[in-house]
Amino acid sequence: MTEDRVKGLSVALRQPGPIPLDVAFAVAPGELLALIGPSGSGKTTTLRAIAGHYRPVEGRISSGDTVWFDSMNHVNVPARRRRIGMVFQSYVLFPHLTAAGNVMAAMEDVPARQRRGEASALLARVHLAGLDDVRPAQLSGGQQQRVAVARALARRPDVLLLDEPFSAVDRPTRARLYVELAELRQTLSMPIILVTHDLDEAARLADTAAILSRGRIVASGPIEAVLPRTDLGDALDRDARSVLIHARVAAHDPSSGITTLAHPSGTFFHPLLDAAIGADVRLRIRARDVAIAVGDPGRLSIRNRLAATVTGIVEADPPMVEVHLDAAGDLLMASITTEAARALALHPGLPVTALIKSAAFDRVSLGPAEATDVRSVQR
Amino acid sequence: MDWQALWLSVRLGLFTVVILVPIAVALSRWIAITPKRGRGLVEAAVTLPLVLPPTVVGFYLLVSLGAGSWIGETWRALFGGGLAFSFEGLLVASVIVNLPFAVQPSQRAFEAIAPELREAAASCGMSWWRAFARIELPLAWPGILTGAVLTFAHTLGEFGVVLMVGGNIPGETRTIAIAIYDRVQAFDDGAAARMSAILLTISLLTIAVTFALSRRIGRRS
Repeated sequence: MTEDRVKGLSVALRQPGPIPLDVAFAVAPGELLALIGPSGSGKTTTLRAIAGHYRPVEGRISSGDTVWFDSMNHVNVPARRRRIGMVFQSYVLFPHLTAAGNVMAAMEDVPARQRRGEASALLARVHLAGLDDVRPAQLSGGQQQRVAVARALARRPDVLLLDEPFSAVDRPTRARLYVELAELRQTLSMPIILVTHDLDEAARLADTAAILSRGRIVASGPIEAVLPRTDLGDALDRDARSVLIHARVAAHDPSSGITTLAHPSGTFFHPLLDAAIGADVRLRIRARDVAIAVGDPGRLSIRNRLAATVTGIVEADPPMVEVHLDAAGDLLMASITTEAARALALHPGLPVTALIKSAAFDRVSLGPAEATDVRSVQR
Repeated sequence: MDWQALWLSVRLGLFTVVILVPIAVALSRWIAITPKRGRGLVEAAVTLPLVLPPTVVGFYLLVSLGAGSWIGETWRALFGGGLAFSFEGLLVASVIVNLPFAVQPSQRAFEAIAPELREAAASCGMSWWRAFARIELPLAWPGILTGAVLTFAHTLGEFGVVLMVGGNIPGETRTIAIAIYDRVQAFDDGAAARMSAILLTISLLTIAVTFALSRRIGRRS
C-alpha cells in the first residue's frame, strides 16, 4: 500500500506571542524531519499549526499545490479538510471504539463496505493482527501507539505528523517501536515530521533535523550534519555531542553475540543485531565515548579501532577539548583532556587510531538495505 | 390510590424529559467548551431553580404564564386555552425547574472529554456533527442519561411549583405529589401511604441507576 501521490510540505510561521514563533522549513516527499528542542521551544505548537489545531498569527503552510494556511490571503483550511495523519503524544484514541473502530473513524471517504477490511490490513501492518475488536483500555502502551499510527495512516495523509510518539512507553517497547517505525516508513512516500526532545530518537529515525530554541530554528540540515554542531548553546545537551556513522552489516556470530559492521576506516564489533547481512546501520557515537591512540594501541580490550586523521582541535569545557577526526570521509569527535591532547602532540593532519568501546554504541538498525536507497533518492 | 394522578405524573415526567434532554445537551455542551469567563451568567441562571424556593419559582412562572401576561395571551390566541392551571403550563414550569438536574450531569460528562479528542476527530476528517454524534455523544451519554433519570424522578416529586402554577385539578394538574397531600388533608392515611411507597420505590431506583451510570463515567475518563 505505497502512496503514489507525491507532495512536499512547506511551512513558514511567524508570531511575536503568546508562543513566540519564527520558523520556516520544507519537508520533501518521503523525508523524515525531526523537530528537536527542549519543552517550550515551540515544536509542538508548530506541529499543531500544521495540523490546523492552532492558528498562528502569520505565515503560510502548503502541501504540494494545496494551501492550508495563508495569513496574507486569509486562507485557513479547517483541520478536518487537511489530509494529515496525526499521532498525538498521548495517542488520544477514542476510548469507546475498538482498535478497528478507531482506524475506521479516519476512513470517512472510504466506501463503508471496504472500511473493515482496510482497517484490518492497516492493523496487521503495524503488527496488531487479530486485535481488531479490542478496546484501547485493554491494549498496552505500545499497542495503543500502533493503533494511533494505523489511524493516522488510515486518513491516507499527504503529511504524517508524529508528536513525541514514543514518550509514553517504556524503554524496551520504545526500542521495538523504533525498529517498526523505521521499517514502516520505507513504505511511505509522504513527508513525515517527528517532534521530539530526544536526540537518540532523531538519530535513529530522521533524515533531516531542525533544532528549535525559543521558537526559532537554530540549526537545520541532514541529521548527520546537525548532530555534531558545537555552536547550539543550550538547545542541544553538551553531553549529547555526537556523530552519526553509517556501516554495513558484514557478519553475525551468535556464539560470541557479536555482529561485525564494515566501515571503510575499520570494523565495528557490535552487540548482536537483528538486521540482514548488507543492511545499512546507523551508529550514533558520542564524543565522550571515543578515545585516541597515536601509533599502535597494543593489547587493549577495546576492539573498535578506526584509522583516522586529526582535522582539528576545538576548545570545549575546560579541561576538555574536542578532537575532530576524519575517518574515511566521516566525521568523528573525541572528547579528551587538554593535557592528553598536549601529551600526544595532536595536530591537524596527524594519523591516529580512534578507539570506541562496543558498550557505547547507540545502535540504530534501519533494517533492509533498501533503506539507504530510498533515502539517497530523496537527497 | 389515585391512579389518575400517578399516570399524570408519569406523563408529565416523560414529556419533560423528551423536551428537556435536547435543550440540556445543547446547553451543557456549550457551557462545557466555553471559557469560564464567558459562561458564568448562563451557568448561574441554569443553577438558579436549584436554590430558589419552589413557591418563588412558581410565583414568577404564574405571573409570566398567567392571564394578562404576553406569553399567556399569545398561547391563548394560538391554542384557545390558558397556560396557567393547565397541563401544558405545568410542562413549561417543569422544564424550567428541572434545568439544573438535566444540565449539570451532562455538563460534567462533556467537560470530561479531553479537548484533544475533538482535535483527533477533526484530524480523522470528521465534520463537527459527525464528531459530535460518533465521539462526543457516546462518551457523554451516561451523564445525559443521569440527567434524564434525575429529571424524571424530580418531576414525579415536585410539589410547590406544581401547586402554584397548576393548582389541584384532577386529570389536568393533580400530580401524585399533590394527591398525597390531598389524601393526608382528608385523613386518608392508607392511600397516602400507598402513593408515598410508590414514590419512595421510584426514588430508590433512580439513585441506583444514577450511581451505576456515574461509575461508568468514572471508568471512561
